[in-house]
Amino acid sequence: MIPLWVILGYLIVLLLLGFASNRVSQATQVDYFLASRGVGPVMLLMSLFGTTMTAFAMVGSSGEASQTGIGVYGLMASASGIVHALCFFLVGVKLWAFGKRRGYLTQIEFFRDRFESDAVGLLLFPLLVLMLFPYLLTGVLGLGGCISGVTVGAFPELFKSTNGAVPPWLSEGIIVGVVLVYIFVGGVRSTLWVNAFQNVLFMGVGIVAMFVIAEKMGGLENATRMAREKNPSLLKRSMDDADKPRYEAAMAAYEAKVSSWKETKVGPPPRMPHKPGIDPLDWLSYMLIPLSVAVFPHLFQYYLTAKSAKAFKLSVVGHPIFVMITWLPCVLLGVWFVTGEINGHPILPPDTDPNKVLAMGIKNTTGPLLGGLMAAGILATNSLDAQFLVLGNMFTNDIVVHYAGRDRFSEKQLLRMGRAFVVVIVVLTYIVSLAEPRSVFKLGTWCFSGFAGLFPLTIAAIYWRRATKWGAIASIVAGGAAWIWLFRDSDYGAITDYHVAGWMPVAPIVAVATLALIVASMVTAPPGHATLGKFFRVGTAN
Amino acid sequence: MKRLILALILLLLILHQDIWWWDRIDPVILGFMPIGLAFHVFLSILTAVVYWLAVKYWWPNDVDVADHEAAAPRNSGAEL
Repeated sequence: MIPLWVILGYLIVLLLLGFASNRVSQATQVDYFLASRGVGPVMLLMSLFGTTMTAFAMVGSSGEASQTGIGVYGLMASASGIVHALCFFLVGVKLWAFGKRRGYLTQIEFFRDRFESDAVGLLLFPLLVLMLFPYLLTGVLGLGGCISGVTVGAFPELFKSTNGAVPPWLSEGIIVGVVLVYIFVGGVRSTLWVNAFQNVLFMGVGIVAMFVIAEKMGGLENATRMAREKNPSLLKRSMDDADKPRYEAAMAAYEAKVSSWKETKVGPPPRMPHKPGIDPLDWLSYMLIPLSVAVFPHLFQYYLTAKSAKAFKLSVVGHPIFVMITWLPCVLLGVWFVTGEINGHPILPPDTDPNKVLAMGIKNTTGPLLGGLMAAGILATNSLDAQFLVLGNMFTNDIVVHYAGRDRFSEKQLLRMGRAFVVVIVVLTYIVSLAEPRSVFKLGTWCFSGFAGLFPLTIAAIYWRRATKWGAIASIVAGGAAWIWLFRDSDYGAITDYHVAGWMPVAPIVAVATLALIVASMVTAPPGHATLGKFFRVGTAN
Repeated sequence: MKRLILALILLLLILHQDIWWWDRIDPVILGFMPIGLAFHVFLSILTAVVYWLAVKYWWPNDVDVADHEAAAPRNSGAEL
């Protein structure tokens, strides 16, 4: 029961932060959605970092490291440190300046203005919403599953069908309910305060857990020594000769299971053994995935909250360090858990589901208090609040206000409308999550590639004077079409190791979107002087 | 300075492709971090240093927006 109490305590803190932030809020849209553009360097770092670190950072990284090994750190963490911070520097600062000068509340307002086109906004709106929604849904399902996992056996009488665990409909309801309350009362300011608290929690718990667990395994050196003896491939990025016989045996067993499964079709299909190592071309093309942070609408909203351009400096420098502090413990724990023993007993049974490696490993190596704190830390790795809020902002300002006319509404009405949209989106997300659409996880990972496909458009809008409306439209359409075609070709995400000529799908999507942007911009009339004057200094080159 | 910082960022991206340690575990740094992991932890720290240089010496000079340059609040005359 202790983990459950820790999680309840964590959720209560979130609510308290929401109500506390409400006490300093003003009844305006710009305060509700942008904290009156008054956020300083520390809170900006916390919010940008917290929003880019999804549940993948803790659960996903450990699970992936248990299969692929320490290479996961370079593949996802050091790459994100380089690319995310570069996006904050090259994209975030500029967008903040445009936003403050022109009074933007949403990303689409910027693109409409820059490309002198309503059509660009009309194309982008459904695309951004459709890509953000599965991302949102994966967060709700993942966090609901986490609470259910931690509470197994806690309520044997109350929830018999789930082995005493809080069922997903309730755990997901609790998560979205808590998030709804604090963003409803406190708006973006509540998410900033909550993010700061969550970052301290998951970074602190991760480090403490790493040292406590290593101690139980006989020290840091001994934990790595056990990994080297049992599965040396996990300590590098290629298959070790010592692991080849085991991999070949596992593949032979898998093929035998698949042929018998094909005859009966009873139960889920067998899981294919993971081939140790990382392909260098995957490694290279994976660098494009973090470009998505330059396009996420919820990050754009956070950019606009900054008090000044200088507020970004701390985020640019501090982000790679924060990523390191979060990921290093999770990656090491993932490797240690699947290879380590305590008192001669393996920490985890063979073939443990990668998504359960972190939770089960902690449960089997530490006490209930650290287990509960770790579960709270996992719950902290989400950006649901910012995503709900930005969708409310987009529906209010990009649709209702833009097409009905701003002058028709008072500030009070706009604020009410924004809150109402937030409630509708939260309720809708919860209803869809009840259907347990597990396939959305496959779609979720593809959404990152989709967002990355809009990166050429974003960077050109800021730095390339010659980028035109038709270039923007061509880029959105071509990138979107490439995404749809490849997603279909991957059997709607079912082929998990889907590649195009050895590259991950994100590479051709970004290439097609870039090419379309350049060609269509070059063959159409350049933007007018008035527009260029708003976004570029006179006399500057492209 | 801008060129130097651009070159350093490019160097970060090249160093990230560290194929030279792809197949190696040794040396194990601090006794528990294989070289392929330790190098990328070092790269994270190096990234922070390079970006510190970037914000110090390559900060764009057209992004500081004074309050009087900011757009007027929308619906400034509307009821509250």
